[in-house]
Amino acid sequence: MKISREDVLRVADLAYLDLSEAELETYRNQIDEILEYIGKLNELDTANVEPMAQVLTDDQTADATLREDVVVPCELGAEILNGAPDPEPPYFRVPKVIER
Amino acid sequence: MATNWTIDGVREALRSKKISARELAADYYKRIEARNAELNAYLTLSQERAFAQADRVDALVAAGKALPPLVGVPIAVKDVISTRGVRTTCGSKILENYIPPYDATAVERLEAAGAVILGKTNCDEFAMGSSNENSAYGPVRNPEAPERVPGGSSGGSAAAVAAGLAVASLGTDTGGSIRQPGSFCGIPAMMPSYGRVSRYGLIAFASSLDRIGPFAGNVRDVGTVLQMIAGRDPNDSTSTTAPVPDYGVEVEKPVKGLRIGIPKEYFGAGMDAEVRKKIEAGIEVLRKLGCEIREIRMPHTDYAIAVYYIIATAEASSNLARYDGVRYGLRVEGDSLLGMYRKTRGKGFGAEVKRRIVLGTYVLSAGYYDAYYLKGQKVRALIAQDFRDAFTKVDAIVTPTSPVPAFKLGERTNDPLQMYLADIYTVTGSLAGVPGISVPCGKICGKLPVGLQIFGPPFREGRVLQLARAFEEADGASL
Repeated sequence: MKISREDVLRVADLAYLDLSEAELETYRNQIDEILEYIGKLNELDTANVEPMAQVLTDDQTADATLREDVVVPCELGAEILNGAPDPEPPYFRVPKVIER
Repeated sequence: MATNWTIDGVREALRSKKISARELAADYYKRIEARNAELNAYLTLSQERAFAQADRVDALVAAGKALPPLVGVPIAVKDVISTRGVRTTCGSKILENYIPPYDATAVERLEAAGAVILGKTNCDEFAMGSSNENSAYGPVRNPEAPERVPGGSSGGSAAAVAAGLAVASLGTDTGGSIRQPGSFCGIPAMMPSYGRVSRYGLIAFASSLDRIGPFAGNVRDVGTVLQMIAGRDPNDSTSTTAPVPDYGVEVEKPVKGLRIGIPKEYFGAGMDAEVRKKIEAGIEVLRKLGCEIREIRMPHTDYAIAVYYIIATAEASSNLARYDGVRYGLRVEGDSLLGMYRKTRGKGFGAEVKRRIVLGTYVLSAGYYDAYYLKGQKVRALIAQDFRDAFTKVDAIVTPTSPVPAFKLGERTNDPLQMYLADIYTVTGSLAGVPGISVPCGKICGKLPVGLQIFGPPFREGRVLQLARAFEEADGASL
C-alpha cells in the first residue's frame, strides 16, 4: 500500500479540503492504484538528469520576458468586489480570524 | 443538419451582401436552439455581445471598409477562457456565477479580427478529464454518435464545430484536451507550441502545460484562427517573441520530400485494432504524397502518463488553491476562516478535481517531493529529449491521436487510472512543449471518427498545418 488513510487526511488538511468518509476511502484506493502505476518511473536512472520545470525557449530570459514594473491604473475594483461572495467595499469580508 | 460555413465562405457572403453578420449570428443561435438540449455543447450564450459585434461588422461592410480575417465568423469559446461580462464556470459549481471582469487575450484578439463570440462551451471541470463527463453541468454528447462521449476536456468546443453550431472554436489542451476531442468528433484540432498563444485570461489548471488552440471544420481555418491568437503578449511572460509566420502561406506548401517519423512506441498494446488499420492507411496516404516514412524510437514514451499525472496534478493543486470563497465564486459558511475554506472547497469541487488536488498535494508534500515531483520533472526532461532527438532525424512525427475511438457515456467513469491511460499518445507532446494537430483519418464502420496526430518541432505550427492540409486534401477523412 502506497498511501494510507492518514496520508489522505493529512493531505486533505494541507489542501483545506473537506472530504466525506466515502470520498476518503474511494480516493485512498484510487490514488493508491495511481501511485502504484507511477512507481514505474523508478525503472529509470535519473541521477544525472536535470529536472525540467518549464518549457523555455531561447528568447525567454528574464530580461526578455519581464515587463517594466510600472503602475497601470485598474478601474475594475468595484466590478471585482461586486462578484465577491461577501464584499464590503473596498474590502472582501471573511469570518473573524483574530480574537480580541 | 444545415451545413457549416467556412471562414472564407463567411467573408465572401458578407462582402457580396448575401447575408449580414447579424443574420448569420441569428442563424447560428437557431441551430444552437435546435440541437443544444440534446448535445449540451454550450453552457452559456452571449447573444448581447455577439449581436453588438455583428452590428459592428455589418457597419464595416456597409461602409465598404477592408474586412478583417475573421469578419463575422461565429466562434465558440471553451468555458475555462475568460470573457468579460459573460459567465465563465470552468464546468464547475465553484464558479457557477462567476463573471470575469476582463477578456482573455485570445478572446480579445478574435474579436479584434472580427469574430462573433456566440457563447461558452461545456468542458470537464477545470479541464480535468478525457470524456467531458466531469462537467458539473452534465456531459456533452458526441454529434457523430450521441450515445458516446465527445472526448475531453474541450468536448463542447469540439461538438459545437462538428455539429455546425459554430464555424470554429477555442479549446485548451493540457494533456490532449484539444486533440483527443477533435479526434473523437471528426474535426481538425490543434495544440500550438507552448508559448505560441498567450494564456492570459485562461483559468489555470497546470501552468507549464496549458495551451489555447483552435478547432475548425477544415485545416486552413484552423490556421487562420491560430494566426489571429498567436504571438507575444506582455501579459503572459511565457509567450514568446518568436515571429508568427503567415500560416495561410505555410499551409499550402508542398509536402513532398518531408521526412515523417513513425515512433514504434505509439503502436503497442492497448491500441484498438480498427484504429491501427486507419492510422496505417493514413501513413500510406502521406507516403503517396511523397513524404519519406521512417521508423523512429522514442524510448521514454511509456513513462509519459506517470509523469503527466504527477506534474499536472501538482500544478493543479497549487493553482486551485485560489478557490477559497473569499474573492469570487461559491462560499460555504464555516465556523472559522479555515472552516469556510474547507467547506467551500469540499462542496464546490467535483470528484475528479478533488482527486487531483489530493494526489497533487501528496506528490508535493514533505517526504514525497523528491520521490514523485522531482522524479517526474527529471523524466519529463527525458521525454522532451526524445522529441529533440527525433527532430534531428525527421521533420514531423505521426501517431494515432487516441488508442481508442469515442467510447460510450458512463463506460469508463469508475476507473480513473484506465481513463488516464487513454491519454498515452497526447501527453508526450504536452510535456515536451511541441505543437500537434489531430486531423480526421477515416471512420470505424463509417461511424466513429479516428484522428491522426502530427507533431512538429517547437514553433513549426506551419509545417504541422501543411501536412495536415495535404492529408485532408488527399481525402484522409474518408479512409
